[in-house]
Amino acid sequence: MSTHFLYIEALKKVYPSSNNTPNSPVFEDIHFHIEKGEFVCIIGHSGCGKTTILNVVAGLEEASAGYVLMDGREIKGPSLDRGVVFQSHALMPWMSVLGNVAFAVRSKWPAWTKSQVVAHCTQYLEMVGLGDAVLKKPAELSGGMKQRVGIARAFAIQPKMLLLDEPFGALDALTRGTIQDELRKIVQATHQTIFMITHDVDEAILLADKIVLMSNGPHAKIAEIVEVTMARNRIRAEIHHDPQYYRIRNHLVDFLVNRSKSYAGAESGAAHDPKNPPVVRPGLEGDNNPVLQPPTENSVPPLKQVVNQ
Amino acid sequence: MKRSETIKAALISLLLFCLAIGAWHLATLPKESLAISGADVEYAALMGAGAQKASGFPPPAEVGKAFIRYLSDPFYDNGPNDKGIAIQLGHSLLRVGLGFILAILVAIPLGFVIGMSPLLMKALDPFIQVLKPISPLAWMPLALYTLKDSNVSGIFVIFICSVWPMLINTAFGVASVRRDWLNVARTLEVSPLRKAFLVILPAAAPTILTGMRISMGIAWLVIVAAEMLVGGTGIGYFVWNEWNNLALPNVIFAITMIGVVGMGLDALFGRLQKLVTYRE
Repeated sequence: MSTHFLYIEALKKVYPSSNNTPNSPVFEDIHFHIEKGEFVCIIGHSGCGKTTILNVVAGLEEASAGYVLMDGREIKGPSLDRGVVFQSHALMPWMSVLGNVAFAVRSKWPAWTKSQVVAHCTQYLEMVGLGDAVLKKPAELSGGMKQRVGIARAFAIQPKMLLLDEPFGALDALTRGTIQDELRKIVQATHQTIFMITHDVDEAILLADKIVLMSNGPHAKIAEIVEVTMARNRIRAEIHHDPQYYRIRNHLVDFLVNRSKSYAGAESGAAHDPKNPPVVRPGLEGDNNPVLQPPTENSVPPLKQVVNQ
Repeated sequence: MKRSETIKAALISLLLFCLAIGAWHLATLPKESLAISGADVEYAALMGAGAQKASGFPPPAEVGKAFIRYLSDPFYDNGPNDKGIAIQLGHSLLRVGLGFILAILVAIPLGFVIGMSPLLMKALDPFIQVLKPISPLAWMPLALYTLKDSNVSGIFVIFICSVWPMLINTAFGVASVRRDWLNVARTLEVSPLRKAFLVILPAAAPTILTGMRISMGIAWLVIVAAEMLVGGTGIGYFVWNEWNNLALPNVIFAITMIGVVGMGLDALFGRLQKLVTYRE
């Protein structure tokens, strides 16, 4: 029925309440889709149910209504087709780095010989720059390295789709930047389909093809889908020279600061159709003068405003 | 720094030990023979010199002799009431070992099941709560009646006292395995058996080993009392037998042995615990 790779239809989640009054749904009427090879980020304030949506796609949680199709089949329960990188890295501390990745690889290919498994794991650990730390225990690694192992573990099972739940949330800015660059390179090389939660607007612009904006919960909905129209081989150090960058960034920040509340619940605008959330391309707006120019004083968003909110 | 501290602590321990022995020695010095009445002298002569000796608390030198006598030949066997200390300890350890292994076989799988199912945990909780505080020796009459063998009853008592801490700790350890690790196993479609052995068991192992260590401590406490009750063999029986012989030096020697072996057992489990503990 659909030609999309991943298809999320009318998803809704209500958590059981402790008293008799029924809880209002965290989110409802969630419709969107992801194409093969696409990198989609989802942004929204805490409590809008981003993690729940990701868990439903992963098969770790069940939705109260609606369904998710991947490759034309409904997702029921977790599967090796979908690799998950957890926010808290979730490495088993009693296994070595190699052991953690090998645990995943053996689950996917039980018939492989030991040397096959080791070679495969080493390849993916080298990909994230951990080739010489394979025998260390997770406790001996820094936070960034642990998250790299988590990423290697998810990539190593070669899933059809990768789900990342704020993978860099707990890392310092410098480490985060390095791993973002690595992730971007890997994704460009492997054309992996990725769905990622983030709080970081810049991270989303750097990595994503599409950014799904969610309104505040309860009754959270998809407010808009922002297409990142910049060329795909973005480079962290140069991205801010692109005039599109600030337009997209302003659009996202403006949404998070000012507009995310107004979509919630019954007050949502009559024109907004959750089945077909508006797709916007703020990067191309008013692009009459496509000459590459460094940001001038008035094109830079007043950052103070963001901090104050 | 750390090394010198260890040496200092050892020196202080040694000093305290010497002080205690010295105080003991002074307290048990033979008293100046008091003026005794004629009848008592006659009585003493009739009873021989032994009467005087047995009446007082033994001085350290005498206990030392008992140590040397028993430790120099730990394996002799002169019939049911006179066996070497190693044989007696061996009997006790064998009972503890058998009861303990039985307890492991029951408590670990059952604890796994209870830990994984909140429903079973709730359903079995009242039974565990009632059975746990029962003194293991209170089971002895029932055990003797149904099992009809003092040796097997001893093993049963060890079993029943070791099973609770292990069961509770296993259930708790299994129930509190981090959600994240279980989710990893779920997304990797790990089979239940592989999940149990490669994720849950290692994750819960430190808690399980803590339970086993507590169980072993209790089992070693209980075996002495149990053997005093049922008799036959074992270190507990040895203590009771020597009390009946009024041989206090031997009793003190046996008490020391109980302590040393208990320390050894605890150290063994401490080592095992360190082996399975992981750093996060």
